[in-house]
Amino acid sequence: MRPPSPSIPEKKFLYDALKQSLRLDGRDMLDLRTPTFTFGPELGWVECAMGKTRVIAQLDAKMVKPLPERPFEGIITIHSEISPMASPDYEPGRPSEEEVTLTRMLDKVLRRSDAIDKESLCILAGQRVWQLRLTVHVLADAGNILDCSCLAGIVAFKHFRKPDVEVIGDEVTVVRIEMILLPKLTFFEQHSPSERAPISLAIHHTPFCVTFAFFPDVLTRPVVDPSLLEQRLSAGLVSIAMNAQREICVLHKAGGVPTAPEEVLRLINIASILVKDLDKRVEARLLEDWEGRKVEVR
Amino acid sequence: MSSRVELINAGLLRSDGRRPYELRTISINFGAQGTADGSVTYSHGLTQVRVSVQGPHEAKPGTRRETFHDRATLNVEVQLAPFGVGERRRRGRGDKRLLELAATIKSTFEPVVQTHLYPRSTIDIFIHVLQLDGGLLPACINASTLALATAGIPLFDFVCAISGGVHGTQPLLDLTTVEENDVPSVVVGVMPRTGRATLVQMETRLHMDRFEDVFRVACDAGKVLWSEMRDALRERTGDLVDKLEAGPGMVAVKETEET
Repeated sequence: MRPPSPSIPEKKFLYDALKQSLRLDGRDMLDLRTPTFTFGPELGWVECAMGKTRVIAQLDAKMVKPLPERPFEGIITIHSEISPMASPDYEPGRPSEEEVTLTRMLDKVLRRSDAIDKESLCILAGQRVWQLRLTVHVLADAGNILDCSCLAGIVAFKHFRKPDVEVIGDEVTVVRIEMILLPKLTFFEQHSPSERAPISLAIHHTPFCVTFAFFPDVLTRPVVDPSLLEQRLSAGLVSIAMNAQREICVLHKAGGVPTAPEEVLRLINIASILVKDLDKRVEARLLEDWEGRKVEVR
Repeated sequence: MSSRVELINAGLLRSDGRRPYELRTISINFGAQGTADGSVTYSHGLTQVRVSVQGPHEAKPGTRRETFHDRATLNVEVQLAPFGVGERRRRGRGDKRLLELAATIKSTFEPVVQTHLYPRSTIDIFIHVLQLDGGLLPACINASTLALATAGIPLFDFVCAISGGVHGTQPLLDLTTVEENDVPSVVVGVMPRTGRATLVQMETRLHMDRFEDVFRVACDAGKVLWSEMRDALRERTGDLVDKLEAGPGMVAVKETEET
């Protein structure tokens, strides 16, 4: 089922407002909704919310045999799901077009951009590697689930710590860990020398995705991070994934209104500024969470 | 490892002897499939695709609910011949990469085809990739533009797509598979009359300053492709007109006009 299109007055109101550079939620044309992160008790469990759009990302690791053609590399798999829970527009069963786009985009932004070092996931060449499995669940769709999912995904990778392992002869031992949320004053002792704290993943760079929406009227400037209504009424989306080092990881503009080359370059410039800001915010939030957390080794 | 291949030598020549901005030979052959409304075999270097366009026609019973009351829908299907790719592997219809390719082509053409002229109907674009040596998406898009034009479907403009890459700081145009595996690649589809871009796609990491260089070069290259594609189309239309005039009926018409 296609979602019912917004009514004519609604459409006209939005277009008129945008023509005067006003957005329905009071944001500036180039303002992101401030993302908030909620971390779960486990490492690698993140809920990311941008306005009313909410996405959960969860990462877990298990040991598997590597693929025969890549014996030195760990495996990263990404599963994403848009269930009818997110919005009544989505139906269960056959993956919708949005879902294919989301899955492919997550794959490109998080996996194919080589953000995570796969070789560091190797335990014993050709025998054992870590398989990281990221599942992304869209809880609520209030526009721009793509950016929110990418953000949740990359934060989950950064938040996650994998257990330390030791290889003795041909035996692989996992140093078991348990994460407990405890107040800072708790007293710890007795670390036997073989037991170590979990280690974070080797991450080369952190890509963030920023989506712009174009409108049919040529005089209306594009808006960043479109809300659901803006997304529905837009005449094309451009998604740019960049990192704070001003490297473009993914750029996706298919169809929509034709854009002048200068406009594309302008959007990239805007994205680079937004991404730098996002990166700072994410780093600060991750640090804050890690400070309030105690990892107990048993 | 592919990174040991010398992509550009000291004389600024690429592995197949081209200069950085040199495009591969393009050949366009119309009328490959008689039953389609428009069809073209487009080869670009060693990449070869055949596109046939059917329609606009009434939507098939099963898909009728997907039609719109005010415009036509496009239906794009891409098939990769197992013998055409380096690694022989059968790809099903559910292959994610091919689905995405089809979705990209569909959304590229939606604003270009004048779909509002054909309400409640469908236009089918069937793409067969016969041989692949880099530049799959550009080849599919260029061939689809030509096939749509030969099918007599009104377009606002051509879409001319080209791939580009950067080796070190040197922008390259029209990458082969060897180059595609090694350097960041960008696909740009331009509408040559206005110079605007309908499609910009990049999937590998590249600094934004480098991107700007290659993006501008690729936009210009699109216009070069346009002249090739336009000439081919004009030649075909010219042939058709000649053939019409050669018919017995036309001779009579001409005589009456002259008298």
